[in-house]
Amino acid sequence: MEEVTRRRFLGLSGAGTAAIGVSALGFDTAHATQVKQRLRIEGATVSKSVCPYCAVGCALLAYTHKSADGKVELLQIEGDPDSPVNEGTLCPKGASSLQLAISRRRVPSPLYRGPGEREWKPVSWDFTLDKLAANVKASRDRTFVTQDADGNVVNRCEGIAFAGGAAFSSEEGYLATKLMRGLGVVHLEQQARV
Amino acid sequence: MTNHWRDIRHADLILVNGANPAEAHPVGFRWLMRAKLDRGAKIIHADPRFTRTSAVADTHLRIRVGTDVAYFGGLINYVLENELYHKEYVEFATNAGLVVSPEYSFDDGMFNGFNEQTGSYDTRAWAYETEGGAAGGPAKVDLAHPRSVLNLLREHYRRYTPEMVERITGIPREQFLDVARLVGETGRPDKVMTIVYAVGLTHHTTGVQLIRSGAVLQLLLGNMGRPGGGMNAERGHANIQGNTDHAISWDILPGYLRIPAPGQKNLDDYIAASASKKLRPNSVNFFGENYRKFMVSLLKTWYGDAATSANNFAFDYLPKPAANASWISIFDQALRGRMEGLILSGMTATSIGPDSNQVLQALSKLKWLCVLDPFATTSSEFWKAPGMDPASVRTEVFMLPATHWIEKDGSFTNSGRWAQWKDQVLPPEGEARHDHWILAEIFGRVRELYRQQGGKFPEPVLGLDLAYRDQRKPELDEIAQEINGRNLTTGRRLSTFAELLADGTTTAGDWIYTGHYPESGNLAKRRDGVQDPAKNDPTGMGFYPNWAWSWPLNRRVLYNRASADTAGRPWDPQRPGIAWDAAAGRWVGDVPDYPPTAAPGPDAPLPFIMTGEGTGRLFSNGVADGPFPEHYEPVESPVENPLHPRVSATPAAFLYDQKAGRPNRFGTAADYPYVATSYRLTEHEHYVTQNVEHLVQLQPEAFVEVPAELAREKGIENGDRVRVTSKRGKLEVRAVVTRRLGALQIDGKKVYQIGIPIHWGFVGINTGQHWLANALTPFVGDASARTPEYKAFLVNLEKM
Repeated sequence: MEEVTRRRFLGLSGAGTAAIGVSALGFDTAHATQVKQRLRIEGATVSKSVCPYCAVGCALLAYTHKSADGKVELLQIEGDPDSPVNEGTLCPKGASSLQLAISRRRVPSPLYRGPGEREWKPVSWDFTLDKLAANVKASRDRTFVTQDADGNVVNRCEGIAFAGGAAFSSEEGYLATKLMRGLGVVHLEQQARV
Repeated sequence: MTNHWRDIRHADLILVNGANPAEAHPVGFRWLMRAKLDRGAKIIHADPRFTRTSAVADTHLRIRVGTDVAYFGGLINYVLENELYHKEYVEFATNAGLVVSPEYSFDDGMFNGFNEQTGSYDTRAWAYETEGGAAGGPAKVDLAHPRSVLNLLREHYRRYTPEMVERITGIPREQFLDVARLVGETGRPDKVMTIVYAVGLTHHTTGVQLIRSGAVLQLLLGNMGRPGGGMNAERGHANIQGNTDHAISWDILPGYLRIPAPGQKNLDDYIAASASKKLRPNSVNFFGENYRKFMVSLLKTWYGDAATSANNFAFDYLPKPAANASWISIFDQALRGRMEGLILSGMTATSIGPDSNQVLQALSKLKWLCVLDPFATTSSEFWKAPGMDPASVRTEVFMLPATHWIEKDGSFTNSGRWAQWKDQVLPPEGEARHDHWILAEIFGRVRELYRQQGGKFPEPVLGLDLAYRDQRKPELDEIAQEINGRNLTTGRRLSTFAELLADGTTTAGDWIYTGHYPESGNLAKRRDGVQDPAKNDPTGMGFYPNWAWSWPLNRRVLYNRASADTAGRPWDPQRPGIAWDAAAGRWVGDVPDYPPTAAPGPDAPLPFIMTGEGTGRLFSNGVADGPFPEHYEPVESPVENPLHPRVSATPAAFLYDQKAGRPNRFGTAADYPYVATSYRLTEHEHYVTQNVEHLVQLQPEAFVEVPAELAREKGIENGDRVRVTSKRGKLEVRAVVTRRLGALQIDGKKVYQIGIPIHWGFVGINTGQHWLANALTPFVGDASARTPEYKAFLVNLEKM
């Protein structure tokens, strides 16, 4: 039997048992493998990604296809066989990361709920950003301490907290830190503790 | 991680504590298996549950949650009593010989320096004696001195006999001694042990000390800095490491610079209080000596032209926190009515807790809550959570659709400190926007309001340097360059933090990342991996220096000077970290954690370049609850501390409810007789995976794991519905009856442990599963880090 490389092996949906099973029955899998590979990769762009779940940092290959109307379709995500970390392998979460990427459960637009209201209201980006900016400024002005009781210059905003970033790109996280400290925020947190 | 994932394959012995890598980090676990299969390494798994990690381990030690200090302490005692420690290493690379000041004491569970009023220690009370007694003089070195660190260490851990280990942890002494013998062997130069851990060690009121006790053991055995050795934390989210490095954390600035404190009037005050002092003549004290350069370069990056030498580079612009401002503190402040607004990005307070019911109350007390996320979360929907009445929740809530990882580029830094750049693969879905663009847009609009209306101290808001091509839409590539830093005189990006200056002529957004994006390009994009090992792994040690980039300076194993003896020869020539090449006059191998051309010799710089001591620290005043790790019981525990019942739990934990005058929310063993712990399953990642069909199909429903023996006592069958209650909340879910959990004998008492996976809530594909595991967990955290005690608390169990 022709040696089936790991990458081609994964390309056969149903994977291991199917490949071994048909081979035992005397079929030649090489042709099927070629057809499958051609369909998967034909015209596709390969991008480098990293798994969004735990911090092992498995390298991913993402295959996309851009159609004539400019829409980008994600065809496949698989482990990058070149990676010294995962050598092409993925766990159940990483292997299903395509479902996270193309989920139809996304929040469709900005939503707003006023005090005491029972339902969300879809709103525009401008509405939320203006209202949030006004809230941030008002809370900052109300809770900003320039000097503490001992007369120390402390310039801190006590009434706004920011938490997040476990799935930020590092550069986003850095900008979040910079902007929040720029506002004088002291309550700053991410998922490292929790 | 001091080392990195692939490096674990070099170990001879692997202790896994507070972790279940086979299920929680399955792909990382391949490197433990490679050590086992390729070189016959032994795996010792100490865990309350028999998991898939235990199934392939050589030994599973059923340990009571939160007692790993007693386990490691017992191993430390065994290694010292039997003289199995690596003597040459200990003298060369640890502070064993430094003499501790006579004020030091430890008596019946209390170290010296405790202030009853504040409930905290003055850590300055744990100091070294200096030569001639002069203040600020070099530390006195005398290994034979009765108060040498080594002798105090012996005395401290003498109490941790195998019998005491058994009484506290529940590990039978014979089984413990079998493991101790294996551990002791790794004190030999040709053997190496690694310790792999995760949040099962951190999520305790004694979390920092649990880890430190492992690190002390590793230093004694000479395993720090060596390939196959080290202390290796498995981090649980894709980029916790990167965002800790970049300081989304109340107490630090990027690159682990400390946030300034009230009373520090200028940079001199700040440096004096923050930078480590050089304690020995030939210690490099690299961080301490260069602290000012890193800080000034950061201030110059953030405040640009507004930062000048005349105004201490805008030092006044930085906030100086009054008190701890970490995760639990945010909700404590909200409960006290002092927190007005909260922005959550990719993080859901309600599910994370601890004490989710109290967190829901805290969210209800906010004026406004803003959630940035691709999906609805238990926080964006908190006002209509089961049991909440939306009409009575006055909090204004904003839900902003954010892009997720595959819709933006940028880097993730993994547990092994490898920064790996990823491409933008897909365009943003629908109306979704990038988190950093949303934040930049909010900041831009706030800045505009200050420009028009004025307000409280507007200078830093107006002065923050946002010199991007589009201030409201900065590219992550631009930010990566800013993080790297440049020389303002030449305009060129820097290739090492050694080029940073304290005069305001250099920038660096995060000095530990300086060099990742030099003039030659973004090194985190490199992908020269296992496709060509001969070319890409020249040392054969698996460093793969041209795959991505690891901080600092692309070093793959931290503290690697300690991988070689005083003469610069690797302790084990088969597994070299770095080695002195006398002919070339430099260190070769990994990127040295040491001056690259400093020759070995009696006057050579000491091996640990980041500490004031120049060595690893068996004794440390860098922690809030004691210079040596000591076993304390969890705040909720079924037994009193067998070592010192009078001081059972740590005296230094901050009890939020008590301090705020709120009712007590801790239970006792009389009402809640079972120990509970929380954890992840392979198929889920916290809460986001409740939106992924395949994963919800694989693990559809909330459950708890109940020991078979206890289930028999209670008449509980597999699949029965049970009610699990703590003083704070309850779950009503199915029981999985299993022999993976079993009874322990703790100090003569039978103790059962119950297992609680964390993944379900009232949001996701399967909305019938609304129970929050963290409704049970206590609102208290570690003395140093305030990490919540998710992993050890008391519950009751009833069949429904």
